[in-house]
Amino acid sequence: MELVEAIILSVLAASTPLLIAATGELVTERSGVLNLGVEGMMIVGAACGFGGAWLTGSIFIGALFGIVAGTLMSLVFALMALGLAVNQVATGLALTILGVGLSGLIGARFVGERITPAAHLHIPGLTDIPLIGRILFGEDAFVYFSLALIIGVWWFLYRTRAGLILRACGDNHVSAHALGYPVLKIRMLAVMFGGACAGLAGAYLPLAYTPFFIPGMTAGRGWIALALVVFASWRPGRLVIGAYLFGAVTILQLHAQGWGVGIPSQFMSALPYLATVIVLVLLSRARTGGSTAPAALGTVFVPDR
Amino acid sequence: MQAYQRMLDPTPNGLHSGESPLLQTLGLSKRYGDFLANDSIDIDIWPKEIHALLGENGAGKSTLVKAIYGLIQPSAGEIRWQGEPIVLSGPSEARSRGIGMVFQHFSLFDNLTVAENVALGLDGKESFKDMSARLEQVSKTYGLPLDPRREVWQLSVGERQRIEIVRALMQDPKFLILDEPTAVLTPQEADQLFIVLERLKAEGRAILYISHKLEEVKRLCDTATILRGGKKVDTCNPRLETAASLARMMVGGEIKEVKAAAGRQTTIPRLVVNDLSLTPDEAHGVRLEHISFELKGGEILGIAGVAGNGQDELFAALSGERLSKDPGTVVIEGIAAGHLSITKRRKLGAAFVPEERLGHGTAPRMRLSENALLTGHAASGMVHRGFIDTAATLKTVDRATETFDVRKAKRDPEAASLSGGNLQKFIVGREILRNPAVLVVSQPTWGVDAGAAAVIRQALLDLATAGAAVLVTSQDLDELAEIADRIAVMFHGHLSEPLATRDATREKLGLLMGGSSLEPKEAAHAVGA
Repeated sequence: MELVEAIILSVLAASTPLLIAATGELVTERSGVLNLGVEGMMIVGAACGFGGAWLTGSIFIGALFGIVAGTLMSLVFALMALGLAVNQVATGLALTILGVGLSGLIGARFVGERITPAAHLHIPGLTDIPLIGRILFGEDAFVYFSLALIIGVWWFLYRTRAGLILRACGDNHVSAHALGYPVLKIRMLAVMFGGACAGLAGAYLPLAYTPFFIPGMTAGRGWIALALVVFASWRPGRLVIGAYLFGAVTILQLHAQGWGVGIPSQFMSALPYLATVIVLVLLSRARTGGSTAPAALGTVFVPDR
Repeated sequence: MQAYQRMLDPTPNGLHSGESPLLQTLGLSKRYGDFLANDSIDIDIWPKEIHALLGENGAGKSTLVKAIYGLIQPSAGEIRWQGEPIVLSGPSEARSRGIGMVFQHFSLFDNLTVAENVALGLDGKESFKDMSARLEQVSKTYGLPLDPRREVWQLSVGERQRIEIVRALMQDPKFLILDEPTAVLTPQEADQLFIVLERLKAEGRAILYISHKLEEVKRLCDTATILRGGKKVDTCNPRLETAASLARMMVGGEIKEVKAAAGRQTTIPRLVVNDLSLTPDEAHGVRLEHISFELKGGEILGIAGVAGNGQDELFAALSGERLSKDPGTVVIEGIAAGHLSITKRRKLGAAFVPEERLGHGTAPRMRLSENALLTGHAASGMVHRGFIDTAATLKTVDRATETFDVRKAKRDPEAASLSGGNLQKFIVGREILRNPAVLVVSQPTWGVDAGAAAVIRQALLDLATAGAAVLVTSQDLDELAEIADRIAVMFHGHLSEPLATRDATREKLGLLMGGSSLEPKEAAHAVGA
């Protein structure tokens, strides 16, 4: 029982940064912009988040530093890809390279330092319930925030007019422009939201997951978040399933390797990817037609004036 | 100034006395680089007026209405609304002043529902629920039925246009711009639209009506302004003009009349369809039901019908984009071809021109020579041992350019850079130059100006005269009457018996297009005779 509880707790911890970063990227892509710089924004968010917390001693201010850093990184992308209409794929890749270098520079002086990680919730009575108590009522604030975030994004996209306009920009920017919507402005806001989420997801790693900063500590999570958005066919609900499934299989295969299951470790390491792809492909088969991807995704828009 | 304006006002005397025009442009110009798309255009639009805007493709109609709708800023001149100069920051400001627009190239979102599409065209002051209720009410009032919950990608062209019209009507506009609204409608649907427009006019609104159909303009419009090469040629009363005189003003010369060669001989059956039934591969497609016809060489068969009644599915089945399990359902040049791929059918001598020019007929971002190769690779000697013969592909472009008068900026531009009419001439030309035995063409002149349409129709007639079998699907009954020998109608996946064109009156075709059967009437005639 102890083991099951420990596994579920580590699954949630492993999944949360993926979920936060992927949520931001989902909103960005729904507006029609493909920002491949998630990994770069995350790692800069991690360095700045750790720096903020180390300097002030506050996890909250550290998280804010992460958010601001991610947003600033995304503004670089917005300036290039939206303002100057540069190819989005190239700009996003460049942003990741920039972010990896920049985070090394910013984080150099923090390497080897430690902070007190984010506190976990403790409600006497509730948190002490065996098995489910710590899982439901004993998480850190990031876990609860990530779930509120994805529910908020779902509500925004499907229940508000602003969300409808954002989806419209992603579906057909020419029509959205013809109806008088400021396509570039909307996309810039969506890109900034994606940057803020990526920065926060990056900051989660040194603030809650491991209480120290090392260069390259995002270890490809930004790329996984990008892939999750695609496999979730741009739907918030599936994104939650995908993120937790990926986290779960990652942790389980680690334990399985520890127990000495007679399967090559390379195959076990590939399992999370395989399982996520298979499940999300099965899910997306349910749709009978139309296009699942935002139709204008990754295309440059220059309004004629 | 007022008096001067009134003197120029061409509408019947006294109609506008004491009022000022609802909308006026004074010396409106729009320059793109060196190109003057609009050259100081003056136009007055009065309340209770249906004002036609005529001109060939590229005459500057779209630029003018975009400026009036606030989509682009004029380079010079001014726009007056109810007598006062205005500067429109964008379409939402135009809409809030009471200017509505129905676009020719629909400004719809394929992956959103009808209701969401309509909501995006409104200012969002009412709740989505109220808006949906009002949408259903407006669509009922004006006889434009729509299901608010369906997504646009599932709808036919005609239904899509209905969304645009309802969306514009829901803004309760004082002034409505319609860009070629009847291009995709049946005569009955068009008549119904005219009733809606007359009603809007009686309610005191003004309408700016862009159309290529001159008879329609004569029937419906009070005033007509004609543009040519970015300049205003004239403003006149279309009821006092003939279609020919209007066309002359548009083109600046005579339009060649389409002529069928006398004594065209029909030969052997070249395209035979036997009891073709096909389930659609997407949930909302139309099922083809027992379609049979026989098309001989030297003959043109027209297929009429409202968009979305199975014409797309029939085209896919004939071209080989959809395969049939039974090879005998489609017979090309005497060979059962129902199971053959599009390339194999091309090798049998068939050629296909789909409805959609960009994306289906051509790859928009590829050059014309590359697009020539895409349909010509199988049977036109453009490929030698796996290598492309660039000279041969360029030669095809040059021949099509020369034969069909394709106007373009460079020798071999991207397909998307051509205007609709010129691209269509290229696509039809590309297929005709392959000397096909069977040509299947869908909507050959949709959104194409009168000059280009005449060239394309003449080419189809000449091809039939040369012995080919030609199948033309079109929503334009005048076009079918002009070129087809027989006309059949598609409705809900069924194809009617073809009527000889001389017997196919608009009434009969209209009944068939609406799903009624002709038989009781025929029987009554027979009894009467």
